[in-house]
Amino acid sequence: MTKQEALYKYLLQLGDNALIQSHRLSEWCSKGPILEEDLALTNIALDYIGRAQNLLQYAGEVEGKGRTSDDLAYRRPEHQYYNNLIAEMPKGDFAYTIAKQLFISTFEFLLYTELCTSKDETLAAIAGKAIKEIRYHWTHSRDWCYRLGKGTAFSNDKLQQAINDLWMYTGEQFEMSDEEDMLCTEGVAYDNKALQSKWQEMVSNVLTASNIITPVSGYMQTGGRKGIHTENLGHILSEMQYLQRAYPDATW
Amino acid sequence: MLDREEILALLSEIKDPEIPVVTIEEMGMLRDVLISEKGCEVLLTPTYTGCPAMGIIEQDILSTLQEAGIENAKVTMVFAPAWTTDWMSESTKEKLIQFGIAAPVHSSCVNWLSPKNVEVSCPKCHSKNTKLVSQFGSTACKALYTCNDCQEPFDYFKCH
Repeated sequence: MTKQEALYKYLLQLGDNALIQSHRLSEWCSKGPILEEDLALTNIALDYIGRAQNLLQYAGEVEGKGRTSDDLAYRRPEHQYYNNLIAEMPKGDFAYTIAKQLFISTFEFLLYTELCTSKDETLAAIAGKAIKEIRYHWTHSRDWCYRLGKGTAFSNDKLQQAINDLWMYTGEQFEMSDEEDMLCTEGVAYDNKALQSKWQEMVSNVLTASNIITPVSGYMQTGGRKGIHTENLGHILSEMQYLQRAYPDATW
Repeated sequence: MLDREEILALLSEIKDPEIPVVTIEEMGMLRDVLISEKGCEVLLTPTYTGCPAMGIIEQDILSTLQEAGIENAKVTMVFAPAWTTDWMSESTKEKLIQFGIAAPVHSSCVNWLSPKNVEVSCPKCHSKNTKLVSQFGSTACKALYTCNDCQEPFDYFKCH
């Protein structure tokens, strides 16, 4: 494996997480519980799609085969997607989406803060742009945890249920692949494992302040980073890639 | 062919499609123009990564240059240094307020962990007694506020 191959794979992984997360959030469009939330969730989806575009475009440049961000988004099958499983989990109810957002945005806040000083200048520049937006995503999920957790017994129960159900998908975020180990020694990527204790602390602080019990970690689901996904991803791609599958090379 | 300053002056007239009272130069999006034997390269920085106005702005730049007789033009997105509202001048902020959008405070005044503590003045009655409704508004760059005094709901251009 060359450094170029490792970087390509790493960029796909970062880009796929953003793309799939964006797609899931966009499913809230016109279905938000209140108008302001409809706007908030779709605005966050917009930040994610922008980030995915930048990362996949750069991945295409690093690969050097002339593939664009659209080629990478619309023409790869499930097993060539490397997002974490948590990103592809269904949007669920509002509490479920908020729990997902808390877990993901806390991780991204920690990771992208580190990537701002990556030795790869393009990645550092994309991270420098993304981190400003991730802060909004994080405070959004934190504030909703407070409101749901300290709202009614019903909203507290919904959030607790969502936190419990998703917990087994949080461990995958801290895995390291061979590519990442290699990039890490080069100062390009960052050691995900080193983020885990800080993540645990930030998440439990929010949950405790929301009167929610932090689950005890047990078995953790894995596979997404190796291209082994839940059935959810296939359904997402069949919708997202429909046009390019039905009408290859279609343009407006 | 026009020189760098002339091209910059030409492009400085292009309005932000979502806030038509300010130009892309006043917003800090227009970074530079590079001229070489291959043609003219315009360096543009996005406000928010997913901002849908960027595509329109790119088209506006290319058509403006085409009208001026410059055919070999391209727009390149640059991400570093990351765009910040601190690049807006006081007169730009004043234009936003006249248009009904509260202007961003300086980034050094904001603790991002508690955005509710930012002091935002109502663009209509200038009262500081305002309330954050949502951090996400009509576009990626704006938050929703309400004035507690005159009851006006308004957009606040988020400090970024």
